[in-house]
Amino acid sequence: MAGIVTRVRPRTDARSQRGSEEPAWVRGSLIAAGGLFAAVFLVLPLANVFWQAFSKGWFVYIQAIRHPDSWAAIRLTLVVAAITVPFNTVFGISAAWCIAKFEFRGKALLTTLIDLPFSVSPVVAGLMFAVLFGLQGYWGDWFQARDIKVIFATPGIVLATIFVTFPFVARELIPVMKAGGSDQEQAALTLGASGWQTFFRVTLPNIKWGLLYGIILCNARAMGEYGAVSVVSGHIGGRTDTLPLRIDKLYVGYQGAAAFACASLLALLALVTLAIKSYLEWRADAAHAQGQSDVSESDKTPNP
Amino acid sequence: MSSNAKRILPGFGLSLGYTLAYLGALVLIPIGGLVLRSLRISPSDFWHLATTPRALAAFKLTFSASFVAALINSVMGTLLAWILTRYSFPGRRMLDALIDFPFALPTAVAGLTLADMFGPHGWLGKFLVPLGIKAVYSPLGVTLALTFVGMPFVVRTLQPVLESLDRDVEEAAAVLGAGRWTTFRRVIAPLLFPPLLTGFALSFARAIGEYGSVVFISGNLQGKTEIAPYLVWLRLEDYDYDGAMALSLILLVVSFVLLGVINTLERWAGRFQT
Repeated sequence: MAGIVTRVRPRTDARSQRGSEEPAWVRGSLIAAGGLFAAVFLVLPLANVFWQAFSKGWFVYIQAIRHPDSWAAIRLTLVVAAITVPFNTVFGISAAWCIAKFEFRGKALLTTLIDLPFSVSPVVAGLMFAVLFGLQGYWGDWFQARDIKVIFATPGIVLATIFVTFPFVARELIPVMKAGGSDQEQAALTLGASGWQTFFRVTLPNIKWGLLYGIILCNARAMGEYGAVSVVSGHIGGRTDTLPLRIDKLYVGYQGAAAFACASLLALLALVTLAIKSYLEWRADAAHAQGQSDVSESDKTPNP
Repeated sequence: MSSNAKRILPGFGLSLGYTLAYLGALVLIPIGGLVLRSLRISPSDFWHLATTPRALAAFKLTFSASFVAALINSVMGTLLAWILTRYSFPGRRMLDALIDFPFALPTAVAGLTLADMFGPHGWLGKFLVPLGIKAVYSPLGVTLALTFVGMPFVVRTLQPVLESLDRDVEEAAAVLGAGRWTTFRRVIAPLLFPPLLTGFALSFARAIGEYGSVVFISGNLQGKTEIAPYLVWLRLEDYDYDGAMALSLILLVVSFVLLGVINTLERWAGRFQT
C-alpha cells in the first residue's frame, strides 16, 4: 500500500551500467511523457485551486472565508477532526501493540478487518450510520425519545468520519512496531519498569515518527471527508456543514470564487500533509543510511 | 524469538480487548446493521430495486469508467515508477512527493478543480472543448476524475519492486546479447506483472466507491453520467431506504470480493520478492 514510512530504499549503484541503460532519446521521451501526465493530473489541478480562489482578488477571498457559514464550517471541521483523530490514534496504538508484539490465532483476520473501512464506498459508510441512527433505523426511536440527535448533527458526522479514517494510524504503526521487535521492551521490564513505563519510555519514542505519520494522514482525510459526511450531515447551513460540504454548496450556488477560496484552505492542508510526509520519509531514509554506514564502519569491511 | 518469550510483555489482554471492542462498535456493527437491514428486503423486491434501468446504467458506468481509469493508471503508473526509480532529472524528488497528492487532497476539492479545468472556460477545456472533447458532464469526465484518485496506487506498488530489482540480471541479459527492449519484455516485465496487477486492483477498487471527485465533473445526468454511489446518495435523499440499501449491498459485496482478490494478489506478489 502507498506511502509507508518505513519503506527501505536500497541505494542503487551510481556508476553507469553499460547494457542496462536506455538510449538518451528513450529516456528523454519517457521522462517527458511522465512529466506531462503529472503536470495535467497533479500540478495543474493544484495551481488551478489557488488561481481561481484569488481570481476575484484578495477582498473576495477574505470575504468568502469570513462569511459566517464558512466560519461555522471551518469550526465544525476542526471539531470533528479534534474528536476523530485522538480516538483513532488510541485505537491504532492498541491494535498495533497486540498485532505486532504478540502471536495469536486470527491475527490475519483481525488485520484484514481493520483495513475493511478503506474498501467501503464513503457513501455506503454514511448510509450505515443512517441505518443505525436514522428515524427509520434500528435505534432511531430510542434516540428520538431521548431527544438526542445523531444523524443530521455533529455526532453522526463524527461517527462517519471515524469509520472512513479508521485504519490510518493502525496500518502505519503495525509495520513500525513489528520492525522494532520487543527486545528493548523486555529489557526494560527485566530492569523493573512497569508496563506503562515501558510503553511511554521505550515503545513510544521508537514509534513516534510512524505515529506522527499516521496521525497526519488520518487528520487530512478527517478534515477532507465528503461522501460519508454528506449522507449524515443534513446540510444545515452554519450548523452541520463541514468545509467540503460548504464548498459543494457554494459551487452549486454559482459562487465559484468563494467555493475555490474555501477549497484553497483544504488544498493547503494537503500540501502541508505532503510536506510533513516527505520530511518524515527523508528522515527515515537518512536514519537508514546512517544505520548502514554504522554497520559497515564497525565491521571494517568495505561494502561490495 | 519464541512466542512464549513474547507473552512476557504486558497488555495483551487489554490491547486486544480494546481493539476488538472498538472495531466491533465502529466498524462491524455498522456493516452488520446495513447487511441485516437489507436482507429484510424480499428477494423479488431486491432484484427489482437493483435492476432498474437507472441502476443498471449507473453500475455499468461505474465499472467501465473504473476499469478504464485503472488501465490508464497501470500504463502511466508503470512509466512514472520507472522514471522515478531509474532516471535522475531535475524535479525528481518533487515529482516523487507529488505522486501522493491525490491521496492528500480532499475529494471534493479534486472534483471542483477538475470540473473547472475541463470546463468550457477552464485551462484545458478552453482548448479541448472546441475540438469536441467534452469532459464535463460526460463519461469521459468520470473516467478522468477516477484516474486522478487512483493514480498513486500503481506507482507506489511498483516503486519498491523496481528499486529492489537486481541490476546484474539485466546486465547478464545484455551480455548475452539481448537488446534493451527484449530485456525489458523478457526479464523485467514478468517481475513487474504481479505488483502491477495488485496496483491495478487497488486503483479499480478505489474507483468503484469514489464519490466526491466524480459528482462535480459528472453533473449526475440521469441514466448518462450517474455513478452507483451517487444513486445511493440520491435514494437516501428521497428517503428510499430500501433502494439505497439494495444498491449499497451490491457495492459492498463487490468491494469485499475485491479486497479478497487484492489480499491474494499481494501474497502472490510477495512470493516473487526476496
